[in-house]
Amino acid sequence: MRTTLKITIAAAAIAGIATTAQAEEKLKVGFIYVGPIGDHGWSYQHDQGRLAIEKALGDKVQTSYLEKVPEGADAERALERLARSGHKLIFATSFGYMDSVIKVAKRHPDVKFEHATGYKRAKNVSTYSARFYEGRYIIGKIAAKVSKKGMAGYIASFPIPEVVRGINAFMLGAQSVNPQFKIKVVWVNSWYDPGKEADAAKVLIAQGADILTQHTDSAAPMQVAEEKGIKAFGQASDMIKFGPKAQLTAVIDDWAPYYVSRTRAVLDGTWKSEDTWGGLAAGMVKMAPYTNMPEDVKKMAQETEEAIRSGKLHPFTGPIYDQDGKLRAKKGEVLSDKVLLGMNWYVKGIDDKLPK
Amino acid sequence: MMMFTLERRPAPSRLWSLAAPLLALALAVVLSAVLFAALGHPPLRALYVYFVEPLSSMWSLEELAVKATPLLLIGAGLALAYRANVWNIGAEGQLIMGAIAGSAIPILWPGWNDPLAMVAMLLLGMAGGAAWAAIPAFLKNRFNTNEILTSLMLVYVAGLFLDWLVRGPWRDPMGFNFPKSVAFEGWHVLPVLSGRVHVGFVLAGVAVIVLWLMLSHMRFGFAVRVQGVSPRAARFSGFSAASITMHVMLFSGALAGLAGIGEVAGVIGHLQPSISPGYGFAAIIVAVLGRLSPWGVLFAAFLLALTYLGGEAAQLALGMPAKVAQALQGMLLFLILGADVLVHYRIVRRGAKREGTA
Repeated sequence: MRTTLKITIAAAAIAGIATTAQAEEKLKVGFIYVGPIGDHGWSYQHDQGRLAIEKALGDKVQTSYLEKVPEGADAERALERLARSGHKLIFATSFGYMDSVIKVAKRHPDVKFEHATGYKRAKNVSTYSARFYEGRYIIGKIAAKVSKKGMAGYIASFPIPEVVRGINAFMLGAQSVNPQFKIKVVWVNSWYDPGKEADAAKVLIAQGADILTQHTDSAAPMQVAEEKGIKAFGQASDMIKFGPKAQLTAVIDDWAPYYVSRTRAVLDGTWKSEDTWGGLAAGMVKMAPYTNMPEDVKKMAQETEEAIRSGKLHPFTGPIYDQDGKLRAKKGEVLSDKVLLGMNWYVKGIDDKLPK
Repeated sequence: MMMFTLERRPAPSRLWSLAAPLLALALAVVLSAVLFAALGHPPLRALYVYFVEPLSSMWSLEELAVKATPLLLIGAGLALAYRANVWNIGAEGQLIMGAIAGSAIPILWPGWNDPLAMVAMLLLGMAGGAAWAAIPAFLKNRFNTNEILTSLMLVYVAGLFLDWLVRGPWRDPMGFNFPKSVAFEGWHVLPVLSGRVHVGFVLAGVAVIVLWLMLSHMRFGFAVRVQGVSPRAARFSGFSAASITMHVMLFSGALAGLAGIGEVAGVIGHLQPSISPGYGFAAIIVAVLGRLSPWGVLFAAFLLALTYLGGEAAQLALGMPAKVAQALQGMLLFLILGADVLVHYRIVRRGAKREGTA
């Protein structure tokens, strides 16, 4: 399965000096993941991207990874280790790696770094993220159509712009169908905590939500939805196996196209430091099959998806009022990326106060 | 029928106190080789990557020192507290409060940026940790609460406090609302000795020496030891249990706080929601593994640091999952602590004659 492994092992069948076996000029591509890879979720999707590089570029590349790398002092060492062991392209796949990436990149000007969801760049550091809010706008519309009670439960992780933006996009989508739609938000203060997420799901259902969505990584809310016979949306990965009757669709992170194209750029010598924020059009955000919903809702979802992909529709098009009733975008005006990236306010109608 | 029982030795065995760790290490090597082989990795190569490679380059040795620094600082403090039978389990929280207190200078008074500011940061870090540790000590002395529970619960309070600070008042105003403080600069960053090794490493060495001096040459250290072995004897000798409890908690809290500000100002360079991958808890292992002695703590801190680095090296070089590295770490610690039974007990066959040899 892993050529990486065979080569190193063959080279060092006798325990001893090892590092001699890089005869062939393969590009070594390294990854650090914040979680264990597992079988779904954030780090899993990044690993799928890594496997896509291997599949697309075959024997021109050799990939490796370090998983469960904590954000902080350890991240810098992990990155340094990758750089020192001959990796010329390194993907750091969590926001908290930002300063570590910048520091290590300074020491290794010949190594290219790619940092997910950050905002600090350098000559050899690119940043990239995906416009997940596009997918959340679609599921907001679906929620408003499918929900009988007109209320969704939202399991949120941390009140950072990425998450707030997702809640707002979901709400704007829902309001475009039903202006009276309600959202209840529970903050679990974790990216991954099946116990807390399941508790949050139960609380939200008890409060009257008959549809669940999440910005956390575990499949627990989906499993609760399946058990209680309500509907839910998958997060990061297609979670249909956890909720065959519950899942309506999922907003999938697909890093494969970006990873393959960036690796190819290094191979061709055309790699440049860039900031990429791609959505449905770039293939970085994908929707899982629309299931467990009536045909007309499915049709609406597909049309919305197409409209966003073609650029005809931007989820954050005015008029947009915030919670205090202040006009944030005039009719027809689209919120700029700068505003979206620093978003720390709710749109009108969200029944929650942002933790400050 | 062969039946074995453990029998308490009249006195701890000197032979076994040296041989037990070696036996444990040997067992760990054999068992991990079996584990590697079962996973399809050549055992010798895997052992080399795990235990030797991290020691084979300057960079890696530096990283070992970086990783060992907080473990050493906290472990030395905990060793003293545990000697007195004061079970401070909350070093992680004291670390966090130390980091917060020390960070007040770069975040609230960024203009004060000279060597004195750095010293003040370190002192504040110690004060923050000590103050946090004083709470369970006070509660124990005043209300006879269990310090294991109170110190542990305060870890979560400290963690949430830090979380609130970096998402709220101490958030970097230019940081797109992400939960992190401004980056520390100039004298707000601890001077570096080599690679990423900062002055905290020297301070950790000093802490070990101070611990040694206290335990072997000072009245206070003697009082701590008496208190730990026999509180009654300590009382008759005129040592105040309350005072000892408070002082060892202040000492261990101050060192944990120093470790915290060391991590933030020495390695990370800013405050963020999570600043330690559990050093405060890992240091409990360090203290116990080091038999609560200064040199033992020194050895244990480096051993634990080595297992972290070795696990990472094995992930990369062999494609071994991170969880295997963790399992290995657990196995090693379990064996070392388990083998300690032989220091205090011997194995006898049931029914066999009991002989008085040690």
